[in-house]
Amino acid sequence: MNRTRRQNVITYLGLAVGLLLVVGPFLWAGLSSVKPEAEIRRDPPTFWPQTFTLDNYTELFDRVHIGQAFLNSVIVALAVVAGNLLFCSMVGYGFAKTRFRGRNVVFSLVLAQMAVPAIVLMMPQFVLIAKLGMVNTFIGIILPGLVTPLGIFMMRQFIADLPDELIHAARVDGAGEFRIFFTIVLPLCKPAMATLGLITFLGAWNNFLWPAVVAQEESIYTLPVALNILNGHEGTHYNLLIAGAMVVVAPILILFVFLQRFFIQGIATSGLK
Amino acid sequence: MMRARGAGLGWVFVLPFLLMFVVFYLGPLLAGLGMSFTDIRSTDVNSLLEVDPVGLDNYLRLADDEAMIKAAVNTAIFVVTCLPLTIGLGLAAAVALNSGISRLPAAFFRLGYYLPHITSIIGVAVAWKFLLEPEAGLVNRLLGLVGLDGPAWLQDQSTALPSIIVMTAWRGFGFDMVVFLAALQGIPRELYEAAEVDGAGRWSRFWSITVPQLRPVILFCTVYSSTGFLQFLEEPLVMTGGGPLNSTLSASLAIWKQFGVGNYGYASAAATVLFTVIVALAVLQLRVGRSR
Repeated sequence: MNRTRRQNVITYLGLAVGLLLVVGPFLWAGLSSVKPEAEIRRDPPTFWPQTFTLDNYTELFDRVHIGQAFLNSVIVALAVVAGNLLFCSMVGYGFAKTRFRGRNVVFSLVLAQMAVPAIVLMMPQFVLIAKLGMVNTFIGIILPGLVTPLGIFMMRQFIADLPDELIHAARVDGAGEFRIFFTIVLPLCKPAMATLGLITFLGAWNNFLWPAVVAQEESIYTLPVALNILNGHEGTHYNLLIAGAMVVVAPILILFVFLQRFFIQGIATSGLK
Repeated sequence: MMRARGAGLGWVFVLPFLLMFVVFYLGPLLAGLGMSFTDIRSTDVNSLLEVDPVGLDNYLRLADDEAMIKAAVNTAIFVVTCLPLTIGLGLAAAVALNSGISRLPAAFFRLGYYLPHITSIIGVAVAWKFLLEPEAGLVNRLLGLVGLDGPAWLQDQSTALPSIIVMTAWRGFGFDMVVFLAALQGIPRELYEAAEVDGAGRWSRFWSITVPQLRPVILFCTVYSSTGFLQFLEEPLVMTGGGPLNSTLSASLAIWKQFGVGNYGYASAAATVLFTVIVALAVLQLRVGRSR
């Protein structure tokens, strides 16, 4: 008993040190972001802010227009979430509950799409977007992400587990496939859609490379793009940079703390099935 | 009759995917392959007829390009070091969380460890640049407290890539941990009890029961992570821009830079090679992992 207790103490200690190392960089950046620039550079460093200030944030909003980028990020992320909720459940239903020739072949394409690296597609996708006149538009940023293989995979898995009898009964009653989908299947998918919505929001919010390619003017920049431009221009003004990092990271942290159950479910269903 | 109707509609339901697949994935993939055999540049996008085929020239140029070779070497180093580091950390955290500590603290630690994985790479990179800053950075100041003189981590050729490797493992191990945790909970208790009766210590139980039982999951994490690590791009792009002196230039970043200066044909050839390597390696890993 004594031995297990000692082992437990060691385990807890190790875990706590690990947690400090993992959360430390966020904590340090967060605390530093409310210090004046002079205090950030002071030696020896202060841990807790001696002078608390929001100047870094006001400068970020006034001079760098981070508010616009924040709004753009919200627009892009919500559009991507809406597209995925509708289309992934539709496609998932098609794979799970309807029969048609070539279904398995088409489904293997879903898996194949997951395997193609982003950098391989980037140039030809950009040429395509340019040909369609969508460079520097929201629609250009949003369009390629409206249906994601991972989302299709998740929704197919979930819908396949719904009882066939429900759908058969509705078919016998003469309901059309679309009515069945919208009035019977979709309402039952709410739990899976919560997870899917969260995961796609996260992906769209954090997405950096594609928006960086498509958005070429400040009015279209999403948060990661705006922050990276700032990162390139003001490499030494850490007060602004870390405040910017906090603006990108904070919404995700808040979502994560309140909805962590759905995140973990998400990896459990998508990662291992 | 009813079946026939349902059959037609099945296609309608998967149509959003098919359209997207053909227009934004299959089409571009083939176009990229085609572009790799031409001299297309960004300026040719509006006059595609002026593009000339150049055969294998782009591919042959790759072999003579010092930056590309450096990028390939860096990528190999990155994958070979970051992969065991990430999986090792993930496994250690999962085993510690599964070793009988109470549920609430376990959930708390799991939450914390998973956090970096879901935060924006730009946010994380900025936070790390701030930590590693030579003068004002916390790391060098802490080293200074114990009398050590820390290097300029990201500006020094010998420490820049290792810094990015550590950051990537730090950011990614939480994912592996969650996957391992789920698998650990599926190992039958009796196996451990039997081994304990036989007098096996903690360490030997870990190697003779935990690791073999986790083999399929370790294989999954290896394939999944190495596929991702082979494409690493955002980390050096944001933290070092590939420097100093290409010491953190990755294959994907080199392609990104060629794309940026408009060499679409050449960049496509490099991307095709990278894609081939990624697929070949994944197939090889699955073969080896399953046969043993």
